[in-house]
Amino acid sequence: MSSANRVLPGFGLSLGFTLAYLSLIVLIPLSAVFFKTATMDFDRFWSVVASDRVVATYKLSFGMSLLAATINVIFGLMLAWAIVRYSFPGKKIVDALVDLPFALPTAVAGISLTALYAPNGWLGQLLEPLGIKIAFGPWGVLVALVFIGLPFVVRTVQPIIEDFDVGFEEAAASLGATRWQTVRRVVFPALLPALLTGFALAFARAVGEYGSVIFIAGNIPYVSEITPLMIITRLEEFDYEGATAIASVMLIVSFILLLIINLLQGWTARSTRRSV
Amino acid sequence: MSIDIDHITKSFGTFRALDDVSLNLPRGELVALLGPSGCGKTTLLRIIAGLEIADSGRILLDGQDATEKHVRERQVGFVFQHYALFRHMSVFENVAFGLRVKPRKERPAEADIRRRVNELLDLVQLGWLKDRFPSQLSGGQRQRIALARALAVEPQVLLLDEPFGALDAKVRKELRRWLRRLHDELHISSIFVTHDQEEALEVADRIVLMHKGRIEQIGSPQQIYEEPATSFAYSFIGNVNAFRGKVEGSFVRVGSDLLAHARTDLAEGEPVVAYARPHDTEIVPDAPEASGVAARVNRVLSNGGISRVELIANGPERGGAKDYFEVEVGSDDLARLGLANGQRVRLRSRRLSLFRDQASG
Repeated sequence: MSSANRVLPGFGLSLGFTLAYLSLIVLIPLSAVFFKTATMDFDRFWSVVASDRVVATYKLSFGMSLLAATINVIFGLMLAWAIVRYSFPGKKIVDALVDLPFALPTAVAGISLTALYAPNGWLGQLLEPLGIKIAFGPWGVLVALVFIGLPFVVRTVQPIIEDFDVGFEEAAASLGATRWQTVRRVVFPALLPALLTGFALAFARAVGEYGSVIFIAGNIPYVSEITPLMIITRLEEFDYEGATAIASVMLIVSFILLLIINLLQGWTARSTRRSV
Repeated sequence: MSIDIDHITKSFGTFRALDDVSLNLPRGELVALLGPSGCGKTTLLRIIAGLEIADSGRILLDGQDATEKHVRERQVGFVFQHYALFRHMSVFENVAFGLRVKPRKERPAEADIRRRVNELLDLVQLGWLKDRFPSQLSGGQRQRIALARALAVEPQVLLLDEPFGALDAKVRKELRRWLRRLHDELHISSIFVTHDQEEALEVADRIVLMHKGRIEQIGSPQQIYEEPATSFAYSFIGNVNAFRGKVEGSFVRVGSDLLAHARTDLAEGEPVVAYARPHDTEIVPDAPEASGVAARVNRVLSNGGISRVELIANGPERGGAKDYFEVEVGSDDLARLGLANGQRVRLRSRRLSLFRDQASG
C-alpha cells in the first residue's frame, strides 16, 4: 500500500523519526562499546570476560537482579492494590513515597541503606545477633536493588488495577468462587502483562544499578562485587578495552533476557487481554 | 424461590438509598424494579444478591434468613449491567466458570461440564460462538452469554441489573421478548432492574415502582398503568398531562380556567395536581369560557390511525412558563376537529385523577 492511500498519514515520518532518534540516543553509543571491544583479539577478550572474578560478578549481578525484580513484583503488586482499592489515612503520602527511589540520588540511597543495615546501624544491630549480615555482603546488594526497583512495578501495575472493574470480582463471587479462586483465575490473569512489564523494568534497572550498590555491597572480590563495579575498576586502570569487553557481555545478556521477557509479555497480553 | 425483604434500610454517607423497604415476592415470577435513576432499585438488587450489606433489616430467601450469607452461598445468579464477562476467557470458559470453581467434591466431571455448558449455550442460541472471546461479541450476544454464565450454577433466583440498558433500541426489543420466553420456559424467580417503564410494562409479571428509596406501588403492569396509586406513579408511568391548581367545589381551578372533577374527599382550596392520559384528554375548539383549560395548538403529528396533538398553555398566570400537553386523537376525530397550528382551544378530560400537590403544598 502506498502512503498516498492511507487515511491517516504520518507512518513514514514517525518511523523515520523513531529510527533516527533511537540511533542517535541508543544505538550509536552502544555500538561504540562493541567497536572498542573489537580492537582486542579473542584470547585477550576471553581472558577478560571469562576470568573467575568477573564471572562471579555476572552471577551476583544477574542473580540478585532477577531475585530483586521478583520480590518487587510480589510486594509492588500488593502495594499498588492497597493504594488503588482501599482508602486509609496517609494514602496520598504512601502514593508519593513510592516515587522516592526514582528521585533520590542513588548514592544517597546506598549510604542511608548502609547506615541502616551496617552491624552498628539501627536494623543491622538487631539482625547481627541473629547471625544475619546484610550490609557489606551479597544480601546488601539485594536490599539496594529491591529499593531502587520498587516504583517500576507499582507504577506499571497501578493504572491496570484502576481500570479493573470491581464488577469482575463480584461476578466471580456470585458464581461461587472463593476469594483465592477469584484472585487466581480472574484478577491475576488480567494483571499478568503489566506485572511482566514491571518485572522487566525493575530487572533492567537493577542490572544497571551502580551508585547505591557499591556503598552497601562491601565489594569483596568473588563475593559481593557487581559487574558495573568491574567495569569501573577497569576504567580506573585505563584498561578501556577490558571495560568495554565486560560491558558488551553485560549488554548482550541483558538484551537477551529483556527480549525473552518482552516476548512472554506480548504472549500473555494476547492471550489474556483481547482488549475490547 | 420466594424472596422476602424485611425493613431494609441502606445509606451511603448522608444519602439514604433505601428507606425501610419491605417487599414479598412469591416464587417463579418475573419482577421488575422500576424507578428513575437514584431511586435505590439497583441498591436493593445488590442487597438481595449479597453484594451490598444493608444497614438494617433482613433478607429471607425461601423463608430462610440469608442476611448474613455471603453472595457465594446465596445461590443467586447475577447479571451485571456491563456484563462483567472475563475478558481473558473464551465464551465457553466464561460459562463454565461457575462449575469449575465448585469445591472438588461437588464439581462435575469434565465431560459433564462440557455437556452442561453446551446445553446452556444452545439455550441462549449462541453455541456457535463458544470459542470466541467477549471482545469479539456484540452487546446483545454478551448479554446472553452473561445470562448463560449466571444460569450455569443453577441459581434459585436470577437478578438482572439494567439488563438491556446498554443496547440499541432494536436489539433491546428482541432481547426483551427473548427474556420473557426464557422465563416462561425455566420458571426461575427473576428480578430485573430498569428505568424504562415500557420495558417493565412489557416484560414483567409484577412491577415494583420505586422512588427516593421507597416503594411507591406494587402491582401487575395493568394495575400500575391503569390505577396509579400516587402522584409519582401517575407521572412516571406512561405519558400524562398534568394540571396544577386548587380545589373549588366540584372543579379544579387551573389559573383562570376550571376543570370538573368527581372527588368529594378534598378540602376547599387544597392545592392539587390533576392528571389525564393523552387518550383520555379531549380537545374542544369552541367551549364556553372557563370550562376546560385554555391552550394553543402547537403541532399535529399524524402517523397511522392515532394522531398526537401537541398543545401549549402559556398564560400569564403561569408566570410565563410554558406547559406542554399532548392529546391522542383518532384520525376521524382529527378530521372533524380541523385543527390549525396556533388555534386556541380548550382541553377537558374524560378521566381525571387528582392528587394532593406536594410540590406547591
